[in-house]
Amino acid sequence: MALTREEVEHVAKLARLELSEGEVEKYTVQLNAILEYARKLDDLDTSNVPPTAHAFPLENIMREDKVTASMEQERVVANAPDEEEGFFKVPRIV
Amino acid sequence: MKLHTKCAHELHDLLVSKEISATELVNDVAARLEDVEPKVLAFVTKTIDEAKAAAARVDDKIASGEKIGPLEGIPMAIKDNMCTEGVPTTCSSKMLHNFVPPYDATVVRKLKEAGSIMLGKVNMDEFAMGSSCENSWQEGTRNPWRLERVPGGSSGGSAASVSAGQAVFSLGSDTGGSIRQPAAFCGVVGLKPTYGSVSRYGLIAFASSLDQIGPFSRDVRDCALVMNAIAGHDPFDSTSAPIEHPDYTTFLDQSIKGWRIGVPKEYFGEGIDADVSETMQKAMKTLESLGAELIECSLPHTEYALPCYYIIAPAEASSNLARYDGVRYGFRAEEAEDLISMFSKTRSEGFGEEVKRRIMLGTYALSSGYYDAYYLKALKVRTLIKQDFDRAFEKFDVLLSPTTPSVAFSCGDRLNNPLQMYQSDICTLSVNLAGIPAISINAGFADGLPIGVQFMGKPFEEGRLLQISHAFEQATSCHSQMPPLKGGCAE
Repeated sequence: MALTREEVEHVAKLARLELSEGEVEKYTVQLNAILEYARKLDDLDTSNVPPTAHAFPLENIMREDKVTASMEQERVVANAPDEEEGFFKVPRIV
Repeated sequence: MKLHTKCAHELHDLLVSKEISATELVNDVAARLEDVEPKVLAFVTKTIDEAKAAAARVDDKIASGEKIGPLEGIPMAIKDNMCTEGVPTTCSSKMLHNFVPPYDATVVRKLKEAGSIMLGKVNMDEFAMGSSCENSWQEGTRNPWRLERVPGGSSGGSAASVSAGQAVFSLGSDTGGSIRQPAAFCGVVGLKPTYGSVSRYGLIAFASSLDQIGPFSRDVRDCALVMNAIAGHDPFDSTSAPIEHPDYTTFLDQSIKGWRIGVPKEYFGEGIDADVSETMQKAMKTLESLGAELIECSLPHTEYALPCYYIIAPAEASSNLARYDGVRYGFRAEEAEDLISMFSKTRSEGFGEEVKRRIMLGTYALSSGYYDAYYLKALKVRTLIKQDFDRAFEKFDVLLSPTTPSVAFSCGDRLNNPLQMYQSDICTLSVNLAGIPAISINAGFADGLPIGVQFMGKPFEEGRLLQISHAFEQATSCHSQMPPLKGGCAE
C-alpha cells in the first residue's frame, strides 16, 4: 500500500518537520520507492525468528550510588542559542 | 624529506633517532594540508596553531630524554562527529554549526594521552548519513585520486585527508560502511572494529546499535598502532565490551599459511563491476601464494541486508535526532511564535535533505501500525543475517569480499537517487548488522582509481584481520602509492 501525501504530512508532523509543498511531493515519491524496496523483507518467513536489536547481548551496568561533581552550570548553558541567568530560554509557553 | 608521505611508525623512528623534530613534522604536514586543501576540501575546522604548540611540548619531552610513545607527535585528523573540547564539532550540519563541546570523546582523550596531535576536524556527510561526502553543509570533499570523483562517505574527509597526506592517520565512524567504503575509494586502510571494541562516548549518535569508531591509516601497521591507542572498555559507554584487548602489533608479520578464507558468492554476483571482480581474483591468487586456502561459501541472506539496514538505521536515527530542538545547543530558527513551531522551524531549517529523509523514514517505520511490519520485521531479518556469519565462522578464519561494487563515482551522479546511493554500501552493511569487525585495504587500481578488498572476521578478532591485511600488504605494493591529485587542477 503506497504512502499518501497526507501520510507524509502526518509523519512530518510527528517528526517535528515543516515541509514545503515541493518537499512533500518529493518525499512521497522517494519514501514510497524505499519502502517498496523494503517490502523485499516480506519474502522471508520470520515467524519463528527472534528479533536482534543489538549484535551482542547487553547487561545493565550498575555503579555505586555516589554523588559526584557535575558540569558547571556556566558550561552547560554555554552552547544554548538563548540563555538567561543560567537557564535555557524558550518562547513563552503559557 | 617529504614527511607527509610517511607512515606513523616510520615517523616515530625518525623522531626517536632525532633525525626530525615533532615541530618539523607538524609544519611539514600542515604545509601539505594547506597546499592541497583548496583541491581536496577535506577539513571543516583547522587547529594548526594548537598543533604547533603541542609539537613544541613533544620536542621538549624528547630533548629532556623522556621516551615517547608510538603515536606521540604524529599529526592526525578527527571526523567532525566526535566531540573535541573547545573545538567546534559540527557533524557537517547547519544544526550544529556553532556547537563547541565542553568535553572530549573518549577516543579523542585517548589519542591526546597517547601524544597524537590533531590538525583539525574533517568533513563528512551530515550526521554521517550518506555514501559520498556530498551531504555536507560545507562543500563536499573530493577524491584525491581524481578530483571530480567522490571520496566516499560518510567519513570522506577522514579518508581523503590521509590519502592526500594532510594527516598521517585519522578517525572515522562506520554505521553501514562509512569507514571501509571511503577507505576503498581513497586507497587507504580503514578498519571497522567489532561493535563495543572502541568507546562511542562523545560520538554524535546516528544509529546507536550500528555506529562504531575506527581508524584510517596509510598502512596496516599504523592501523594496529591506532587500535592499540583507542580500543578498550569505557565505563562512560554502556555498550563498551568489558574485555582485554591484545597488543594488535603482535599479529603483524605472522604467516597466514593454512588459513581457510571464505569467499561468499553473494558478493560476487550482479552489480559488481568487472574491474572490481578482476582485482578480487588477483587478490585471491596473492593470498593463495601466501599459503591460504580460498573456498566459496554462502551468506544466503546478504540480499536482505540493504532493505534491513534502511529500516533499522533510520529508525534509530529518528530517535537519536529528536534531541535537536534548538533549546540547549546548536542552531535555532528565528521568529517562532511558540515552542512547537520553534522546534519544527529549527529542525526544518537546520537539517539537510538526506537527514530529513531518514528521519521521516524512521518515524514512519516506528509509528503505530507500521512498527511490526517494518521495524520488528527488520530486526528479525537482522537475526538471520547474523546467523549466516555465525555459521560461516564455524568453518573459516576470515571472509573476503570486495569493499565496494565499483570504484569512486562522479560527484553529483547519485545525489538525486537515494536508492542508487544506498547501493554503494551493499558490500559493507551486513557487517554492521552482525556487529563483526571488517577491514578494507587497497588491492589495486582501475583506470587510476583504487579498489578495496574487505576482510571480515569473528567478533573481537581484529588482530587476525590485521594479520591477513599485513600479509597481503607485504605481498603487494599498492599501499605505497600516493595520489597524483589529478583532476581540475594537477599537482
